[in-house]
Amino acid sequence: MRMKMTIAAAFLAAALAVGAVAAPVRIAVIMPSATTDAAFSQSMWSALLSVQKELGGESAIVLKYTENMYNVPDAAAAIRDYASQGFDIVIAHGSQYGSSVKEIAPDFPKTVFAWGTDVDTFGLPNVYAYTAAAEQGGFVNGVLAAKLTKSKKVGVTGPIEVGDAKTYIDGFAQGLASVDKSIAVSKTWTGSFSDNALMAAAAKTHIASGADILTGSSQSVVGSIGAAKDSGGVLWFGTQADQAALAPNLVVASQVYDWTGMLKDILAKRKAGVLGGVTYTLTLDNGGLKIAYNPAYKLPAAVKAAADAAAQGIAKKTVKVDP
Amino acid sequence: MKGSLGLAALSGILNTMLSLAAPFLYASIGEVICQTSGVVNLGVDGIMLISAFAAFYATLTTGSLALGLLAAALAGLAMGLLMSAVSVSLKAEQGVSGIGLYMFGLGLSSLLFKELVGTVKTVNTLPPLALPLLSSIPFLGPVFFRENALVYGAFLLVPISWFLLEKTVAGVKLKSVGQNPAAADSVGIGVNRVRYFGVCLGAVLAGVAGASLSIGQLGLFQDNLTSGQGFIAVALVYFGGWRPIGVLAGALLFSVANSFQLWMQVLGVKVPPSLAVMLPYLLTILALTLTANRARQPAALNKSFERGEG
Repeated sequence: MRMKMTIAAAFLAAALAVGAVAAPVRIAVIMPSATTDAAFSQSMWSALLSVQKELGGESAIVLKYTENMYNVPDAAAAIRDYASQGFDIVIAHGSQYGSSVKEIAPDFPKTVFAWGTDVDTFGLPNVYAYTAAAEQGGFVNGVLAAKLTKSKKVGVTGPIEVGDAKTYIDGFAQGLASVDKSIAVSKTWTGSFSDNALMAAAAKTHIASGADILTGSSQSVVGSIGAAKDSGGVLWFGTQADQAALAPNLVVASQVYDWTGMLKDILAKRKAGVLGGVTYTLTLDNGGLKIAYNPAYKLPAAVKAAADAAAQGIAKKTVKVDP
Repeated sequence: MKGSLGLAALSGILNTMLSLAAPFLYASIGEVICQTSGVVNLGVDGIMLISAFAAFYATLTTGSLALGLLAAALAGLAMGLLMSAVSVSLKAEQGVSGIGLYMFGLGLSSLLFKELVGTVKTVNTLPPLALPLLSSIPFLGPVFFRENALVYGAFLLVPISWFLLEKTVAGVKLKSVGQNPAAADSVGIGVNRVRYFGVCLGAVLAGVAGASLSIGQLGLFQDNLTSGQGFIAVALVYFGGWRPIGVLAGALLFSVANSFQLWMQVLGVKVPPSLAVMLPYLLTILALTLTANRARQPAALNKSFERGEG
């Protein structure tokens, strides 16, 4: 009898232990565009999937997402819903969601909130903020572009002149100027993160004005890539995600946001009881930013060497890039 | 502005205007036909989305742009039948039905894209067709006569739809059920049948509008690809006073303003970008205010038909 009770107790203890270990961390992410946008939202979703796989799969981390939240009030409702449902970490992946996080986070003090791109945690103990030093990869892409342009005209397309769309483009212009100050850069802002057709028209406008290099930021730049593809011969530089697959013959390189290090650190800090108050910045130095060269594009060795030198210089702070 | 650059800019503005106007022409003229029969279809954007996806996916899987276009038209037809069934046969409130159709198209296109494709992929776009002789005319040739088939088709649709509405029996029937369905019914015109025709033809054209984006201009599909263009297309119907020629004027005004603001930025004209992107909308609202002509609105618009009423 005693033996049976001992065995039963052992099973119960084991079951409890397994239960304690197996409780997965539940993470929800709210994104302004689709997880498949080949840009900002996809960069975060890919990182979450990667972290989930690395840390034990679905038994360790449960992921949920809400995409295409262009409308901020809808996003705010989704953020609150996930927190109400007991999700451990709620990621509001868009700089437009800051005021929503600021309002909702105090109502759920045990929930971790992360939002970006921005650096403001609002002084709240359960809010992390994150951003990307997009100007750094922009500079490297600019160096490459300056070495490859023949017309000395470069076109840039973006949604609105804020956030990492602006800093990327500013860094790109600095990279161009560091090689050749005579290169003309013209910028077009479409006013929309989602209007692919207008972005394509903006790209065609640059091409018609003589640009032979294009770049741009936001999920709608796939429209610009399509325009570059149609034109033949115009090169493209990507940012946020690796865009080589969209036009293997035209994409030279992409600045890739890698959020995995940040996500793992947030998970570790949460486990240690730190629910927020920290700001992360992806940089070339900390590996959060990576330059993905398109293997299908035959980049001259000397050009790649110049870009690598610029990247190393930025990482070592011998090359200064203004945000 | 230097002379050559000024000419290049003018050429660029006009050329971009044509390609930007094409989807609006298909969708808006389709909506003119639909509304002429007395049915408001606010689901144009949803039809464009599902058709844009159908065109893209058919092209991606078969490599045939013609099949892509056919798929878009069929998707548009299916959406038109759905809208007709709900708003004509079941007599649901048309505005609400249209919004429901939009949301259905938005959600279904996103779901299908995620399940069947997974990530952004590209396909070839319709190639430009240089029209013999015309494309060789200095300045005008490169601007107007080296477009893809869907751009030419959009502008040809203006006289064709005018002819349909003004010079054919089908046009007379469409107008009669849109103006006074009871009177049309009394002379033996099948009101619901004609309305099905109007809604479905409009939806097929909205489908072609979607294709003109996904395989005509961009060579890809992405969630919410239309970015609300279908709603602008509906607004252009009111702008154009339910006439194809009026819609043409509205589509060209909106597109040339958009094209102009892009060129202003490229040329470095010192205008805040946020102000520049507002220009097309400001101009369109201004023109709409000045030219609004409700007298031409079909009298039975947004009214379901029940034999014995009215």
